[in-house]
Amino acid sequence: MSINWFKYSSPQAFYPLAGKMIPWFALLATIFAIAGLYISFAVAPTDFQQGEAYRIIFVHVPAAWMSMVIYIVMAGWAALGLALNARLSAMMAQALAPTGAIFTLLALVTGSLWGKPMWGAWWVWDARLTSELILLFLYLGFIALQASIDDPRRADRAGALLALVGVVNVPIIYFSVKWWNTLHQGSSINMGAAPKMAATMLMGMLLMALAFWMYTVVVALMRVRCIMLERERASDWVKALSVSAGEKS
Amino acid sequence: MNGAWMTVLRRDLLLAFRRRSDVATTLFFFLIVSSLFPLGIGPEPAVLSSIAPGVLWVAALLAGMLSLTRLFAADFADGSLEQMLLAPQPLTLLVTAKVLAHWLVCGLPVVLLAPLIGLQYALPNDALFVLIISLLLGTPALSLIGAIGAALTLGVRGSGLLVALLVLPLYIPVLIFGAGAVAASQHGMSAQAHLSLLAACSLLSLVLAPLATAAALRISVE
Repeated sequence: MSINWFKYSSPQAFYPLAGKMIPWFALLATIFAIAGLYISFAVAPTDFQQGEAYRIIFVHVPAAWMSMVIYIVMAGWAALGLALNARLSAMMAQALAPTGAIFTLLALVTGSLWGKPMWGAWWVWDARLTSELILLFLYLGFIALQASIDDPRRADRAGALLALVGVVNVPIIYFSVKWWNTLHQGSSINMGAAPKMAATMLMGMLLMALAFWMYTVVVALMRVRCIMLERERASDWVKALSVSAGEKS
Repeated sequence: MNGAWMTVLRRDLLLAFRRRSDVATTLFFFLIVSSLFPLGIGPEPAVLSSIAPGVLWVAALLAGMLSLTRLFAADFADGSLEQMLLAPQPLTLLVTAKVLAHWLVCGLPVVLLAPLIGLQYALPNDALFVLIISLLLGTPALSLIGAIGAALTLGVRGSGLLVALLVLPLYIPVLIFGAGAVAASQHGMSAQAHLSLLAACSLLSLVLAPLATAAALRISVE
């Protein structure tokens, strides 16, 4: 039996499917978030060195993970869009970028909120902080490039190429920043040498990461539905959609 | 194939020579930016020589970036870029010729001027030597990576600022290794590791960047 992999690659077929998927992923996101927040605030023990302030890592670490995962997923969609010349893949890449940028910003802000009581500074030029900041620049460059090109097909392909160039560069940037950091300042702050985490803390972080992941799916699908309607506004299926919506109301 | 490559190189160099003021602008920008720092920070030789590697490298990076928008813009406007896309020779090859011309016109003069400014920053002789070597090894990577940004933003409104946003994050490794090489030699350490990494950056971008630039040009022009 052959599976038709491309059945949902047309916006017309994907639009209703995305609409059906959104509530389910939203439900999953809510469940994971409630469970994760319960574990992180009620179950996880207080850290004997850091006190209660450490609990911000339950937001910070999953946000940092997601910021990186989303960039890779975005580049994957972009590559698929370039290789197969598929409209929907490029739209998915475009829909993921703002969420990725927001998670990067969230990781930076929560990191500095954690850094002030722990390190006594809002910002240190730590390798991870610096590469997270550069990741934010990469996201902003992608969004700015897509926003400033009027022709959507050209914007898609130019953005896709930029995302691919970025994904090749991310490891190079990461290691260069890491070496720069070790050369310039001694390892006064070392996040890698933190004592081993309790299992409940890890559980809380994983649940929060899953919640963020599901949330990303929900907002990306919502955004891609908007992008589809906007781009395909001249097509028959969007017109039929607006007519049937008008009849209902 | 060689003939087309040489023709593009010679043509771009000739065009640059006919518009010498463009070259002068890049150099003048490099000169003025690096002269502003002592005015803002103060004339202490110890302070100046400690910030010199970073300041000179950032100034070189910005000067190279400013001239990027000119790399394809004129050819795009008069239609010769389309001829290059249609030419039987591979576009990747023609792109390397254009990038080499850009480096010879905008990169090399900065490399040659840098030791003069390094003297103003009270850099010792061996650090000056490392500065020249590091710029010589690193600036080709800047031109090559910058060409991708220039090709992507071809004919886009506000392309000058957009190029900065796209290209500067990708320049960071070159900046780190370049300024690191000079700083290492200032501290009496060997700069060899930094210089090797810098050469690696340039070689890697020589292999990959022309391919990406050619793809970007096809996206922008079609």
